[in-house]
Amino acid sequence: MSRQWNLRRMAALVRKESIQMLRDPSTILMAFVLPVVMVFLYAYAVSLDLNKVPIGVVLETDGAGGQALAAAFSGSRYFTVTPARDRREVEEAIIGGRLRGFVVIPHDLEQRIQAGGTEPLVQVVTDGTQPNTASFVANYAQNVVTQWQASRGLAVGAGIALEPRFWYNAELESRRFLLPGAIAIIMTMIGTLLTAMVVAREWERGTMEAVISTPVSVLEILLGKLLPYFGLAMAATTICTLLSIFVFGVPLRGSWLALFMLSSAFLVPALGQGLLISSVAKNQFIAAQLALFSGFLPAFLLSGFIFEISSMPLPIRLLTYLVPARYFVTTLQTVFLAGDVWRVFIPNTLAMLAIGTVFILIARSKTKKSLDT
Amino acid sequence: MSKSTTRLWAQILKELLCVLRDPKTRIALIGPPLLQLLIFSFANTLEVKHVDIAVFNRDTGRASYELLARVGAASFCDRLVTVHSRAEIAGMIERRDVIAGLDIPETFTSDVKAGHLARAQVLLDGRRGNASQVLLGYLSEIAGQTGADLTGASAVADTVALRHWFNPNLIYQWFVVPSIGGILVMFSTLMTVGLSIARERELGTFDQLLVSPCTPLEIIVSKMAPALIICSVLGSVMVAAGIFGFGIPFTGSFALLLCSLFVFVLSMVGIGLMISAVCSTQQQAILGIFSFGVPVVVMSGFATPVENMPIVLQWMAKAIPLKYYLVILQGSFLKALPPSEVFANVWPMAVIGVVTISFATWFVKGRLE
Repeated sequence: MSRQWNLRRMAALVRKESIQMLRDPSTILMAFVLPVVMVFLYAYAVSLDLNKVPIGVVLETDGAGGQALAAAFSGSRYFTVTPARDRREVEEAIIGGRLRGFVVIPHDLEQRIQAGGTEPLVQVVTDGTQPNTASFVANYAQNVVTQWQASRGLAVGAGIALEPRFWYNAELESRRFLLPGAIAIIMTMIGTLLTAMVVAREWERGTMEAVISTPVSVLEILLGKLLPYFGLAMAATTICTLLSIFVFGVPLRGSWLALFMLSSAFLVPALGQGLLISSVAKNQFIAAQLALFSGFLPAFLLSGFIFEISSMPLPIRLLTYLVPARYFVTTLQTVFLAGDVWRVFIPNTLAMLAIGTVFILIARSKTKKSLDT
Repeated sequence: MSKSTTRLWAQILKELLCVLRDPKTRIALIGPPLLQLLIFSFANTLEVKHVDIAVFNRDTGRASYELLARVGAASFCDRLVTVHSRAEIAGMIERRDVIAGLDIPETFTSDVKAGHLARAQVLLDGRRGNASQVLLGYLSEIAGQTGADLTGASAVADTVALRHWFNPNLIYQWFVVPSIGGILVMFSTLMTVGLSIARERELGTFDQLLVSPCTPLEIIVSKMAPALIICSVLGSVMVAAGIFGFGIPFTGSFALLLCSLFVFVLSMVGIGLMISAVCSTQQQAILGIFSFGVPVVVMSGFATPVENMPIVLQWMAKAIPLKYYLVILQGSFLKALPPSEVFANVWPMAVIGVVTISFATWFVKGRLE
């Protein structure tokens, strides 16, 4: 056993890797600057709560009702209104992407109201090339019209109303569920991409042979590589979490202990994947390309971070079970917004550990083989 | 003149061979982007499907029966789970067994009959904020329609005539496939060109290149050539996949789109060269590419409209070629984008390309002197 595992040797390796890691300014950029930039971007740029969407309001009537409705659109905090008299003025702006839609208030608005028929009162046209924004414009334009009707005492109709209550995130602030997701992406980048690069570099430069010829075992080489990056990723997570909590007001309703436990569990598959990629690729370009396409993009798009997994077609839903970030995003959102729900944490943690173990075992057998040849 | 042309050709040929010689590199260059286009195009949807909803119904009348029957029959709902207390709903949402719960009070049917507004509560999982919001929209529409049918009043939706131009049914793929294609071309270009100079420097062969009779401009041009050729082809394949594979209508000018694609790749090549030139190892170059690429995707208007961002980010977005290319892509597919609009979006990319390539040339020249 002592041949496989020697604490002093191990510590020396970890020390060497850590120094190598911290010496390179690009590592610091990746581990500390990029996460901060990402957190800020997710907090400010990827707000899914739209407001001030630019639309046109084409007022074809001079009647008081029409004026009031146009004013209601201008007054809405969801829209920035470009007034127009003729719809041709705004049609070009839609094609150019400067406006996201327009509302036509017809010249016979008053007659239509008085007739009380089923004929629509106003027309709403949206730019369907961006479906999200289009439905946003449609929904909020509808709301403005409904409120304007109510304020004029027009019948809005009895019937059924649903009163929504959003648990864990009453205001439905998108940064509250986006920032925990962003942490998963940052950790994937450090864990998978950085590790894949570092080990592939040793192979590409031929220094791996030199390391292999020393008395250290394969296990020690791999652990020596992984532990410093484990520490780096945890440091980056801590920074992101602190920023999210204290700068952006995301609550941490669960415990730090659970957060660290989950993050450590996630790093097993993330680092394992990096290791696996590098042992297959042995070339930095291919390793980076593979890490990008098998690690980073799935973490971004298949983890349920932005796009709901249950809505995906079945084959892709099955594929998401292989993406470690899927389990991590679920648990992170829970630990931040809901609390320590162990019945969510435990199955997800086990899944992450299982995937990680498989990755590391394959990587280890690959590394061993090249030792023998 | 002819001597330098031969030299340039030889250089370009060498660079192309360098990239395409290794079968693994060839596959890594072309395979993953196309595979990703396929997977992500199907995965990225903001529709909500296959959800389970918990129901706590204290009402025994017709109104709640009607409402639940319609929700249960809706295409987005897989299962309605009947529960017997609010606490049960809470537990199921917490464990993510259901995404939402309906809480219907005893007076529900009598309220509808009496002509009041009957209220039911929807409890939604705020952790899955996007999906919850979309689901609420679906449920409200059903509730409004049910209420209108039960009371005989006209539904509110009738007051507005709604039309979605260019994409009448708001098919999300029509938006996502072209956009993802653009993003993947950007990353492929950056990776191909970004590593070129950095690799030479890491392996020490860059100095050999500098002492050769090649001028800095020749070095830069030959480094640009493989990425320019490969990624323009890749971009065209992505567009073709959108048209023929996904059946997205293409209404604009194909020739203009190809020209824009070329300028876009050129501007990304410039940025990649710049990153490559200041890095001394491949690792630095790749991390540089990531530090540049990831925020750029976020700020390009792909995830959320640029005009919705803080003003400082909007200024920064003006320097992002991807932003312009996405406008051209989406416009060429669906909007029959007129040439004037295409040019309005092409020239900023051209400017970015010229500036970044000049910088890279200047940098190589600086190393030479």
